[in-house]
Amino acid sequence: MIPTTYYLALSAILFSIGVIGVLVRRNAIVIFMSIELMLNSANLAFVAFAREFGTLDGQLMVFFVMTVAAAEVAVGLALIVAIFRSKASIDVDAVNLLKG
Amino acid sequence: MTAELIIFVLLAVIAVAAALGMLLSSNAIYSALFLVVNFGVVATFYLLLGAPFIAMVQVTVYAGAIMVLFLFVIMLLGAERLRHPNQVLSWQQPLAVVLVMALLGFAGYVVSMQGLASPPVDVANTVSYGSPAAIGELLFREYLFPFEATSLLLLSAMVGVVVLTAVDARRGVSRGVSRDRRS
Amino acid sequence: MLEILPLILVFPLAGMLLNAVFSRWMDETWIAIFACGASGTAFVIAILQAIALSGNHFHVETVLIADWITIGNLHLPWQMRVDTLSLTMMMLVTGVGTLIHIYAVGYMRGDPRFARFFIYLNLFITMMLVLVAADNYLMLFVGWEGVGLCSYLLIGFWYDKGDNGVGNARAGRKAFVVNRVGDMGFLIAMFLMFGAVGSLNFDDVLYFFEHNGVEVAGLATVVTLLLLVGAVGKSAQIPLFVWLPDAMAGPTPVSALIHAATMVTAGIYIIARSAPIFALAPVSQTTVALVGASTAFMAGTIAVTQWDIKRVLAYSTISQLGFMVAAVGLGGYVAGMFHLITHAFFKALLFLAAGSVIHGVEHGGHHTHDHCDAQDMRNMGGLRHRMRITFWVYLVGAVSLAGVFPFSGFWSKDEILADAWNVGVVQGHWHGVAVYVLLVLAAILTAFYMTRQIVMVFFGEPRSSAAEQAIENPPVMTTPLIVLAVLSVVGGALNLPGWHTLGHWLEHTHHFFHGLDFNLGVALGSTVFALLSIWIGTLVYYRRPLENATAPDQLEGVLGPVFRFLYCKWHVDELYSKTIMALYEWKARFLAFQVDWYFWHDFVHEQLIASAFRGVTVVLSGPVDKGVINPFFDGMAQLVRTFATRVLRPLQTGYVRNYALGVMLGVIIVLGMIFVNEGM
Repeated sequence: MIPTTYYLALSAILFSIGVIGVLVRRNAIVIFMSIELMLNSANLAFVAFAREFGTLDGQLMVFFVMTVAAAEVAVGLALIVAIFRSKASIDVDAVNLLKG
Repeated sequence: MTAELIIFVLLAVIAVAAALGMLLSSNAIYSALFLVVNFGVVATFYLLLGAPFIAMVQVTVYAGAIMVLFLFVIMLLGAERLRHPNQVLSWQQPLAVVLVMALLGFAGYVVSMQGLASPPVDVANTVSYGSPAAIGELLFREYLFPFEATSLLLLSAMVGVVVLTAVDARRGVSRGVSRDRRS
Repeated sequence: MLEILPLILVFPLAGMLLNAVFSRWMDETWIAIFACGASGTAFVIAILQAIALSGNHFHVETVLIADWITIGNLHLPWQMRVDTLSLTMMMLVTGVGTLIHIYAVGYMRGDPRFARFFIYLNLFITMMLVLVAADNYLMLFVGWEGVGLCSYLLIGFWYDKGDNGVGNARAGRKAFVVNRVGDMGFLIAMFLMFGAVGSLNFDDVLYFFEHNGVEVAGLATVVTLLLLVGAVGKSAQIPLFVWLPDAMAGPTPVSALIHAATMVTAGIYIIARSAPIFALAPVSQTTVALVGASTAFMAGTIAVTQWDIKRVLAYSTISQLGFMVAAVGLGGYVAGMFHLITHAFFKALLFLAAGSVIHGVEHGGHHTHDHCDAQDMRNMGGLRHRMRITFWVYLVGAVSLAGVFPFSGFWSKDEILADAWNVGVVQGHWHGVAVYVLLVLAAILTAFYMTRQIVMVFFGEPRSSAAEQAIENPPVMTTPLIVLAVLSVVGGALNLPGWHTLGHWLEHTHHFFHGLDFNLGVALGSTVFALLSIWIGTLVYYRRPLENATAPDQLEGVLGPVFRFLYCKWHVDELYSKTIMALYEWKARFLAFQVDWYFWHDFVHEQLIASAFRGVTVVLSGPVDKGVINPFFDGMAQLVRTFATRVLRPLQTGYVRNYALGVMLGVIIVLGMIFVNEGM
């Protein structure tokens, strides 16, 4: 039996990598993928905790997170397509009209 | 080291490596493929944690559907690489790394202090735990309302996507985002 | 049955509101139906209440309508009281009121303010019922002021007429102001009662005084004297009677209803209501009796000399109110209330009949284009042939007022005289004798001036073309007259000697109220005096009638200056205007010109305050505002602008990643704070 701590540590590492991806990468699609990675690491922690406490609620939460992620990806990719149509680029730094 | 632990460490290394690969590769296609690997490994973890149903959903929905959608879009736009890879904010990258290290530090401290280091009661091997039947039972009894709410969420997402990507036939621009006047 | 008591207020109020809102879409018939119906329904309810009360063994009932004021210990509800005293007043007010409503339909026909008249009348009925149905002094005071308001409105009803076009309005104002003097007394009496008792409820107050007896005799004396001031104002006694004769400026039904039958009796009602307090204060009782008796005599002397048909009746009313006040002052509450009721019948009758005469003569005046004063008795004469019904009912009212056996006035007036005789001769109090003498003199005068009036108006030859052409009025006016005439004849049966119906009825309200046995000597004496007086009156006026409308009164030749003195109403109005009014005006002028204008306006405001203000403003606007405040805020604005351009603007890079980094930074800071706080 692997202790829950190990899974939590792994989850934290994956989450951090996702955060760096969001903060550093400029490709909008890669940023999106980083967000998916972060959601995944959270899911992993959920499932680990579900096993720790012997209940299924954590797994169900993962189920709902996946549903939300699916919806989010669909809308997000549609946004990227729309932005690409107007900017001919998916560089997030190109969308800087709010510059002070 | 038990065999189980060896498997865990191996899989963990693969998962982290895949995540780093996604982060570091400059080609978005590679990133997507690395992420698929990562998702697959996480699905394996789900199996180890006694969540076969979730593991299957992970493979079909995430690794299957969502990542394919990513790949479609990348190829549709032809945007696997950025044309001008110039860095505008030079101080953003190091600051981000420092902050993430702090986050990791906090997380590590909390995780190590929680007293979960010993293996928990082994529920994962009982037959009914995490089975589709048990999940369904809980989903349609306790979580019926959230479940129905997600259906509305998906419907609205679908409508939103159609609106955002539909091209106005008369003006030749997408309705979702009006054309930037400067471009 | 007693629960429906509040309806007695609701119906007149509803009638008033209906007419007030919808009268412009209704013709006179409907307005009249609503108004009379409202009043008549109230009368029916009063009768039902009386039946219910006798079925209830005359147990005093109170009906709570709503809480009005509740602050600490002060608790003042809208609460109505049913006992025999209030019911007597209710039946009187609504009964006579209804008859007068019906009469007024005929009298006011064609008046441009027809609807308004009935709105006021219904409001008056409502307010009078509030007054008599109240269970505490404050609610009574509400009604008291309400009827005062109605009186004011109705005296000045034809506000565009009278002397110089403002005479009637002035008369209304005079009534209002004079009444305020009385109200002040009433208010102070209430304050004192509340201060001592802590409640204004009748039961509480009266129990307090009865229970403490002689210990609070001093307070009782003060309170009763102040109540007397209130009663003097409302019931037109010396020295505040001056408003009532002027109040005749209102339409005649108003004179009959408000200024003869109901409102002016409120003073007698409140004294009767407060009887236990008066019982503790012999001084006040004596004062009340003497005030009443003097008023009865004085007003009688004035009534003898007046020419205006309504003015004679007005002074007669004051005189009769004096009888009632004297009666309650002597402790003869039943006699006072009895006379109040019979007086309401025959004085309402006389006023309405006088109105009928005026109406008839005015009508004649229209025919002949003779625009003489239709109220001046010198312009009348010989009307008994032209206005038969009016003549007969007038005669009934007059002999009733004069106290001729067996008309109602005889019984009630005789009971008052018997009370005075009892107090003065039997019990040997000097003031009883004085009251008795004054009242007998007043009674003699009453018979005399009524004879004079009857003869002048109805006998002899017409002294103007208008009187020649006068015609009888339609049944809507004469029917109430006949009803009232019947009541005037049989009204004495209410309290016949031996039966004492009214006395026993009122006894249930208070044990102070009890009738007095018939005094044959007094009755015979007063009858003889009355007949004698009528005979003399006939000698003076019937044998030698006025020759024409400008001839002097027959008495003027005999009495000379005395007559003129009486004709000028003892110069009371002039006395008031020379003393009170002059002083008041001098003070007002002094305050207005010296104090307000020259001192406050010219000196304090213009010179002191204004110049100081200008000086201060110069300093404030110059050095202070321009020199200090303005630069300070300019500098603040400059500072904000610099900070924004130098510091805040660069932070807005416009890069989404950068903003995400900000979020991340916030997360780390929050986490750090949690760690520090938890001490982990």
